[in-house]
Amino acid sequence: MGLETIFGKSWATSKMEYVINWARKFSFFDYPFVTACCGMEFMSTFASTYDIARFGAEFPRFSPRQADVLFVVGTVNQKLAPVLRMTYEQMVEPKWVLSFGACATSGGFYDNYAVVDGIDKIIPVDVYIPGCPPRPKAVLDALIKLQEHVQREKLIK
Amino acid sequence: MKIMELAGIIKEKFEKSILSSSVFYDNETIVIRKEDVFDVIKFLKDEQSFDFLMDVTAVDYKGYPDRNDETRFEIVYNLFSYKNNKRLIIKTLVDEKDLTVNSITSLYHSADWHEREVYDMFGIKFINHPNLKRILMYDEFVGHPLRKDYPFKKRQPRINLRDVGKNEEEE
Amino acid sequence: MSLENNITKLEDGRLVLNMGPSHPAMHGIVRIILTVEGERVVNSEVEIGYLHRGFEKTCENSNYNQIIPYTDRLNYVSPFINEVGFVMAVEKMMGVELPERAKYIRVIMSEISRMTDHLTCIAANAMELGAFTPYFYLINARELLYQSGDMASGGRVTPNYFRIGGTSFDLTPDFIEFTKNALKKVDSYLSDTRKLLERNRIFYDRLKDTGKITREDAVSYGFTGPLIRSVGIDYDVRKYSPYLVYDRFDFEIPVADGGDNYARFLVRMEEINQSRKIIEQALLQLPDGPIDVDDYSVRLPQKDEVYGSIEGLISHFKLTFEGPKTPKGEIYFAVEGANGELGYYIVSDGTHKPWRVKVRPPCFPVTGALPRLINGGYIADIVATFGQINMIGGELER
Repeated sequence: MGLETIFGKSWATSKMEYVINWARKFSFFDYPFVTACCGMEFMSTFASTYDIARFGAEFPRFSPRQADVLFVVGTVNQKLAPVLRMTYEQMVEPKWVLSFGACATSGGFYDNYAVVDGIDKIIPVDVYIPGCPPRPKAVLDALIKLQEHVQREKLIK
Repeated sequence: MKIMELAGIIKEKFEKSILSSSVFYDNETIVIRKEDVFDVIKFLKDEQSFDFLMDVTAVDYKGYPDRNDETRFEIVYNLFSYKNNKRLIIKTLVDEKDLTVNSITSLYHSADWHEREVYDMFGIKFINHPNLKRILMYDEFVGHPLRKDYPFKKRQPRINLRDVGKNEEEE
Repeated sequence: MSLENNITKLEDGRLVLNMGPSHPAMHGIVRIILTVEGERVVNSEVEIGYLHRGFEKTCENSNYNQIIPYTDRLNYVSPFINEVGFVMAVEKMMGVELPERAKYIRVIMSEISRMTDHLTCIAANAMELGAFTPYFYLINARELLYQSGDMASGGRVTPNYFRIGGTSFDLTPDFIEFTKNALKKVDSYLSDTRKLLERNRIFYDRLKDTGKITREDAVSYGFTGPLIRSVGIDYDVRKYSPYLVYDRFDFEIPVADGGDNYARFLVRMEEINQSRKIIEQALLQLPDGPIDVDDYSVRLPQKDEVYGSIEGLISHFKLTFEGPKTPKGEIYFAVEGANGELGYYIVSDGTHKPWRVKVRPPCFPVTGALPRLINGGYIADIVATFGQINMIGGELER
């Protein structure tokens, strides 16, 4: 029972929260922070074979101020760490972070003096993608996971 | 031209400068005195047409079996002659007490970055280098990572890193 | 950084601009500090090191087999060539002679890598200059080659396929058929791209006469690969000191004059063609036979040997825990990478771990010459030049 019964099929009722989250999850504007090898699979994912446009996230904004998903693609070392934090801080809310590949997630197999072992030591992360580098299908899977995550979010925290 | 001939030519020109010469896995190597690095390479470039400087690197021999620590570092210049299709490795020994060697930036443009990398990774200073500063590491970094006494996993973060163990909402 | 000094020059109308490290128009993380006068670049300084991952130190702490996956990630656009360079350097130290089939497999995979590298370079370059369609064409072509590499090795970008003394496993039965078809499709994608780019007014104008360098400077900067061939020097390791079986194939080294970005683009396009020719010949000539040396001190034994014989078990144990052992000494060995001469300088102290590994990355001297290439041009030319020098962070900073 709802307004549909009174006004016919030209109406739909929903929760405000649901609609806003629904709109957000299908219109990600992502900022690719591409550093290393994973960038190659990132390119593949964005090209026509795998076609990330099907999920509404095909349009990279190359300014963090216009983006709402930060893709951290590849290894982040100590020299780059301040740059990544600065990029993250420039993004406006709401924002999500996707850690692309083993290096961004945990430093990967670069356990040495130069590399930060996981970008979650620098910024908070929402979705981790395993793989070195992850295959495009894994990236799409992670994107769907992120969409589910966004759909579950509360507007008022 | 065989390695012995080339070594002979250099020997004629620069007395006492050649310490040894050898061929190892097709790599012809000549070890020269540190003082003569610039002159010998200039001679090789101008008169033996070694026009490419492919690489400059260093090796830290601290703790290498059967080798004394006095000549701890070796600098390796990798020359290539396009005309003669010939490769030559020039090496020189650098003492830990005096970590300087003449720069060859005025001979080859490519030496600029290669020497900066050697300085960054090993702390060997190049005299007359126009812009000798760190290239791969950041300025705050203390020490030279490729030296054998630098610990493999000693990190020097530039910014304060988050403590991931804690739950954020509880903070 | 001389940033402060440059700011004081602002009085004469100059500006100091910062480009990077994470810049939209550049597909790598490199920082360029520009001094500009209007739209002209007066001076520039390149700062690298944002992808320094400690490869060389890691090598000193790993045994020879463990290093192979790390070499994949040096030039991640052409991983097979990196592996070939490293394993061949070690094999030369150990005095291992490969069987024929393994040599052919290495050639085929190397050339597939060279094609993916050039395709990626041109695709990214075209995209950054505003031509989006060629990007899709070329990435689709690259995708086919990735699938072909995937079929053989089980990995798309970082295959970890070659071993010291051979290959991890043989080519799959349908690899040859698939690769032949893929090459045909790549060719058609490539000819479409040619039509779109080669005589495209915008693309031509942005590449022609930008990023120019003279022959003498290119030599002095130590350029190799497509960049040295674009100034008219036909230096190619495959011809000048042939390794594997490159001397058995009929292929040419494309050379262009001009030393500008357009010449580099033409050289790269033609090299893709030549690589395709090499692969086609190699697939025809591919002999049957073993893919590994029959020497348990080098190469892991087959599984039935491990479970069936004590020698196999012991050598499996030794190779897994200690790795192969090289004699004391040092070696410099170079292969032709996609960007130029890729050399490995390895010093061994006679144990299972190398004493020192130094990679001679082809794009290191090239990036060192970047100020020379962009000074005097427009800011917009930086994008074109940076795309064409094909800087790969992994091998540049290791």
